[in-house]
Amino acid sequence: MNRRNFIRISTLSAGGAMLGSFGFGGGKEPSLLDRLTGKSHPDESGYMRTPTYCEICFWKCAGWVYKNDQGDIWKIIGNENDPHCNGRLCPRGTGGVGMYYDQDRLKTPMIRTGPKGKQSFRRASWDEALDYTAKKLDYIGKKYGPETVALITHGSGGKLLTTLMKAYGSDSIAGPSYAQCKGPREVAFGLTFGTGLESPEPTDIRDTRCLVLIGSHLGENMHNTQVQEMADAIDRGATIITVDPRFSTVASKSKFWLPIKPSTDIALLLAWTNVIINNGWYDKEYVEKYTTGFDKLKDYVQPFSPEWAYGITTLDPNLIRQTAKEMANASPAVIIHPGRHVTWYGDDTQRSRAIAILNALLGSWGRRGGFYLPELKEIPEYPHPPFPPVKKTWRDILGDQYPFAELPLANAIVDGSIPGNLKDFQYRGWIVNGSNLNMTMPDMHKTLEAIQQLELLVVIDTMPMEITGWADVILPECTYLERYDVIRNDHNREPVIALRMPAAEPKYDTKPDWWITRELANKMGLGKYFEWKTFEEFLDYKLKRMGSSLDEMKKIGVKKYPRESGDLYFSNDNPPTFDTPSGKIELYSAQLEQAGFDPMPKYTPHEEPPEGFYRLIYGRTQTHTFSRTSNNPNLASVMPDNKVWVNPKVAANWQLKEGQEVWLKNQDGSTTNFPAKVRITERIRWDSVYIVHGFGHTSRLLTRAYGKGVSDSVLITKVLTDPVMGGTGMRGNFVTFLTENPDKEAKV
Amino acid sequence: MRFAMAIDTKKCVGCSDCVVACQTENNVPIGYCRDWVVEVNDGTYPQLVMEIRSERCNHCSNSPCVRCCPTGASHYDYGGIVLVTPHKCIGCGACIASCPYDARYPHPKGYVDKCTFCVHRVKEGLPPACVAVCPTKCLYFGDTDDPRSEISLVLKKRKYKRLIPEAGTNPNLYFLI
Repeated sequence: MNRRNFIRISTLSAGGAMLGSFGFGGGKEPSLLDRLTGKSHPDESGYMRTPTYCEICFWKCAGWVYKNDQGDIWKIIGNENDPHCNGRLCPRGTGGVGMYYDQDRLKTPMIRTGPKGKQSFRRASWDEALDYTAKKLDYIGKKYGPETVALITHGSGGKLLTTLMKAYGSDSIAGPSYAQCKGPREVAFGLTFGTGLESPEPTDIRDTRCLVLIGSHLGENMHNTQVQEMADAIDRGATIITVDPRFSTVASKSKFWLPIKPSTDIALLLAWTNVIINNGWYDKEYVEKYTTGFDKLKDYVQPFSPEWAYGITTLDPNLIRQTAKEMANASPAVIIHPGRHVTWYGDDTQRSRAIAILNALLGSWGRRGGFYLPELKEIPEYPHPPFPPVKKTWRDILGDQYPFAELPLANAIVDGSIPGNLKDFQYRGWIVNGSNLNMTMPDMHKTLEAIQQLELLVVIDTMPMEITGWADVILPECTYLERYDVIRNDHNREPVIALRMPAAEPKYDTKPDWWITRELANKMGLGKYFEWKTFEEFLDYKLKRMGSSLDEMKKIGVKKYPRESGDLYFSNDNPPTFDTPSGKIELYSAQLEQAGFDPMPKYTPHEEPPEGFYRLIYGRTQTHTFSRTSNNPNLASVMPDNKVWVNPKVAANWQLKEGQEVWLKNQDGSTTNFPAKVRITERIRWDSVYIVHGFGHTSRLLTRAYGKGVSDSVLITKVLTDPVMGGTGMRGNFVTFLTENPDKEAKV
Repeated sequence: MRFAMAIDTKKCVGCSDCVVACQTENNVPIGYCRDWVVEVNDGTYPQLVMEIRSERCNHCSNSPCVRCCPTGASHYDYGGIVLVTPHKCIGCGACIASCPYDARYPHPKGYVDKCTFCVHRVKEGLPPACVAVCPTKCLYFGDTDDPRSEISLVLKKRKYKRLIPEAGTNPNLYFLI
């Protein structure tokens, strides 16, 4: 085999191809030589280092920022004491330095001068930009009520902005991380076990004997702890079962790969349930003691044999039986992984319920090798006056739609900003922090329609993302490497906190989120909610009450606390409690039934691609986080664009060639702004195409990312909304290929 | 002493963290790399196999690059690590042409650059940056002359292959399969 035909995932040229541009300068660069040969290299600890936790993704791994001899930020290394990373950051965390050095960063506050979306801005001072924002918020608050302003946020900065919003009088505070991502599984596990999963998920992969992944491409999504524990599980010889229409990376490492027909997962889950119940392979003692509704479930699943599922899923019935047996053999050290991005087909709460039920039958919840019982450290509040009552809460605004939504829905905020969608209510202003809604939300056209109606759009970001082009005022945040932030605090095996402190002064005229929020609060007359002397004092106040201090945290970065809630798993000392109406695990959900939904998960056939169209499947890659890293110089150099994966049979039909550029058009006629290169690969089914999410930027200010690859958000115009909790199902879109340029001008 | 690396293809997920960590540790200019990831697929849907490998300079014991270097810039160093001395390198590119693994690149500053096994770290007793960062711990580094080293033990326990053995370079990268 010719090695040059291999796919180099790292697309850089490492060799002869670059010879043409090779200079004969003669290597008089001793500083690099010194560095390479390392004669003057002291031990690592000899370098000055500052603690941080990563902001490239939501896993928020703690690390150390090192500087070089010149005092510039050099590299970021994981904190060995942090259970999120165990000293090993993922490529995005390692490449976080690129976010700091990116010359395309937002540099000064800006105020819009021309029509929305036309990128006509003028520079403003912080004083002017914040004055403008405060006056507009004051105006909207008086005219329409503060509850008509929503905050949409993703990341650490959102915490203090949340305080500001509550002080102002609105609780419409949403993250696309809920209704566009993990919301359905949170609701489903809540309905079943009485508690959601949160983040990081308490999957005990470390001790599991069988890990079942349903459309979850662990290893391509770098949820660091889970990827590390999965690699250990491979070493230990644990069974991995992957259900995916695509031969994902983890599928290639699995004992069983189930190449399922897309959109039929519930049929498979019901067949597994059928096999496990009818063969008596479930954990009888656990089911007897802790669950309710088993008999109803048993009756209900009788028709759903593997043969029934075969006709739907295209999976061999024997393979379904064999994998069910494999799970049962490992029980209770088995994990049917709940996944993370689970908003697929609009019946996602029900699919997640089927996953929860299977875990319950196998007794894995609260058991070693299944799901551990996480613990969270409580962080004391810095004293502030009570928040004013919210005149109309997000729940009031939503009315009786989506009764099981536990958090505000970003999509409902978009809908509610378009006149006529809600009776007696319309959102008038958005504050958007670290969330590029144009590419995050499905149906980009609707998002833009909503933005046009707003009286105020404030964008707080580090990069000139598409959303900033539509802002009335842009407040440039400095990167996480240049600022303090709130203390990181997540559920884990042991409670653990982490500190982020600045490793460098903010570049350009950018400011930390805490500074922006407090200055804005002062101008809005809400300064009393932020009455700390300095942000260091704010952090120290909290840390001192947690048996630490800012000084200590600067030295250690991460602090673990002993558990106070008992064992990591159910035991005699730690008997299970379930926060459900029955006090038991609800296999049959009376709550769903009362609200008019199926009490047990039902398989519903979904629309299939019309002739000449293919289901659009999208996913993640290891080197990028959504659309936020596409312009990062380090990460873009490893993966500059996304390719469209096409099965060779499909490619032959269309006479497509490897590397050929095609435009994608969906069932509603929506076409990508740019072409994507074709990747012909057996790794994708013939009824689907696959692209990595987050590319196809239309903002010309992103000089590396502009026009590279294609955006799935343009192609997701059909949204299958989950009636249970309002999640936006995005896998019901179909695309076809255009081999000629449809001559569509890139619109920002 | 003979430094070598073993790459567990069963665990590697091809995340390219090794590439990015090398980039930052060694100030590799953006657009170049000293290590990279290769994905090899075989079969027809749904009967498929895939191998993922993190690759770099093989630090061959019989290195064509050292042999063909006209100035002695390419040389064997500490523990058999193959290095380039930038100020001796005239950038002729003979080593790039001779390397069967495509492991060398012309640095924009005028000399040839490649993986050093992070010799500056190894001399301090630290593993190479790629080994230290790998989230799946699929990279093993050590002295194959020491029978008790982790790498010697893993090579004793596991099946492995080396790349293009027919080139006769006696490479020191082992791929666990």
